Amino acid sequence: MSAVEEAIAQANRDRAGALIGYLPVGFPTVAESIEAAVALAENGVDVIELGLPYSDPVMDGPAIQKATQLALSNGFRLQDGFDAVAEITSRVSTPVVLMSYWNPIMQYGVDRFADELKAAGGAGIITPDLVSDEATEWIAASERTGLDRIFLAAPSSSDERLVRAVEASTGFVYAVSTMGITGARSDVDIAAKTLVARLREAGSTSACVGLGISTAEQVREVLTYADGAIVGSVFVSALSSGGVDAVAKTAASLSTGTLA
Amino acid sequence: MLKDELGPYFGEFGGRFVPESLIAALDELDAAYNEAKNDPEFAAELAELHASYTGRPSIITEIPRFAEHAGGARIILKREDLNHTGSHKINNVLGQALLARRLGKTRLIAETGAGQHGVATATAAALFGMSCVVYMGEVDTERQALNVARMRLLGAEVIPVTAGSRTLKDAINEGLRDWVANVDDSHYLMGTVAGPHPFPVMVRDFHRVIGDEAREQVVKLTGALPDAVVACVGGGSNAMGIFHAFLDDADVALYGYEAAGEGHLTERHAATLTRGRPGVLHGARSYMLQDAEGQTIESHSISAGLDYPGVGPEHSWLKDIGRANYEPITDAEAMEALRLLSRTEGIIPAIESAHALAGAIKLGKELGPDSVILVNLSGRGDKDMETAAEYFDLIDSAEKAAAADKKASDKKAADEQNAPGEKA
Repeated sequence: MSAVEEAIAQANRDRAGALIGYLPVGFPTVAESIEAAVALAENGVDVIELGLPYSDPVMDGPAIQKATQLALSNGFRLQDGFDAVAEITSRVSTPVVLMSYWNPIMQYGVDRFADELKAAGGAGIITPDLVSDEATEWIAASERTGLDRIFLAAPSSSDERLVRAVEASTGFVYAVSTMGITGARSDVDIAAKTLVARLREAGSTSACVGLGISTAEQVREVLTYADGAIVGSVFVSALSSGGVDAVAKTAASLSTGTLA
Repeated sequence: MLKDELGPYFGEFGGRFVPESLIAALDELDAAYNEAKNDPEFAAELAELHASYTGRPSIITEIPRFAEHAGGARIILKREDLNHTGSHKINNVLGQALLARRLGKTRLIAETGAGQHGVATATAAALFGMSCVVYMGEVDTERQALNVARMRLLGAEVIPVTAGSRTLKDAINEGLRDWVANVDDSHYLMGTVAGPHPFPVMVRDFHRVIGDEAREQVVKLTGALPDAVVACVGGGSNAMGIFHAFLDDADVALYGYEAAGEGHLTERHAATLTRGRPGVLHGARSYMLQDAEGQTIESHSISAGLDYPGVGPEHSWLKDIGRANYEPITDAEAMEALRLLSRTEGIIPAIESAHALAGAIKLGKELGPDSVILVNLSGRGDKDMETAAEYFDLIDSAEKAAAADKKASDKKAADEQNAPGEKA
């Protein structure tokens, strides 16, 4: 069992389930993004998801786009991502996965990227625009390095594709709660519950729900059926308006939703 | 046969690099397209629309006065500028709108650069009674203001995109985001031969009519196939449309002209195939402009329709196998060709198409007076009047106009003083 899968399983044994927290590297600066990620880990987040800024983030809503665009204009480099992973994992034991669009990984070289991430202490990669059908090279690299490969599953996915997503993924399957992009929503789609039930049918033992989750109440609700709740935009907004302290408070507040 | 390539891959290019949320919609579209392709009723319906609405077949026009400046080669234009809405874009739009209707979709999403594809999509939406939203980079809404007004008049909602470089690339991102969220009732009507499968092959097929018609027309006019077929390439839809019929004619050279902006060796250009390298952008693997870390580089061109850092995967393949040649044309060369065609032939081309004309001038000098060059005149220049007027300083400046007004009113006052009784 990988470190990520184990962290999620542990959270499900001790509490209602896992809280996975997203922040982009380099927003508002690399140093502050590292402090903010550490604050997530120290305030009840079970798995850290670090986003690598990218010029054309088609899965991201306005809050995350704005943050990653700023990181890019401040001169973000992929090396900053590896450095951030190394520093965070040296300070906290919480596993860290990257979230990256495919082109930067492809240009860096899939094997080289995997090796660097592994060496930095990273645990895996979420690939929002890489479906398992196109992932032969990445699957081989993750087998070789032991990094988790986390693919997405959507309410629109056919049963056959859900089976494929479950079989191809390690660590967890990222269940897209609604037909949309990242961003806080007042109601998490009922589609999420159905999707997780279908993922269970497809054999998943580690399914986490993301997109649109912003309150402890929503975390609690999601964890009644899923193994983990993934939260992003609300942390980015907190960091943007109130700095690292606000991220710490938000994480502490959201993590109360994981208590049974 | 090169003509038989059906995707999802052209060599190593193409594929589907999109969020999982879109895969079902792409599968649905692919299935619907394959079914429609083999359905004579669909073909008949589209042909009837082209005959009675688009104005197909479009004519060809030989341009001898222009050709004098191109080494004396025979140059023949395929007149896609004469189509309804003013460019080749309508060919693909009507095809996809018919498909969307078959799929029961009631809303069309489109991206647009120059506005030609947005206008064509807004037109189809009006014709079919669908709602329509067009994403357009904020920069482009400014330089193509007339097309924004056209789209709004046709009933479409035009949303200026303020993210990233605020041009076509970012409009596509926004269109894809909209589609991810509204895939149940909406069809994303991609305007070029880029994007995830099946768009590159489907959009090409809807534009094949350009080359199919032109091949026959040129043979009828000259008794033989042309020596070269040329087109401008941004995403590459008009080029694929005219190239396709000639792919397996080994003696016909194919030339795609990219926008080199201020020069392909400067940092301000859109010469994707000349200066880019393979990567993944907007759902497909293809050549693209990117930095060492895979971040997309912003492109630059005076032509909004060619101002795109990516290109369709089939073009990348045709380049790599050596079947087509791709060369850069600067803003200055294109604008010169635009003025030349206007003055020698009385045809004002779109700035996009002027890149193909500038290429034809160079190519004609290379191939010589016995050669025949077929040029896809993909669009007309009405939409570019503001850019052209500014570029060539064609409109009197405010100061000049005010001075002229003053002169006229002074003269009028003087006349009235000299002949005070005239009014009575």
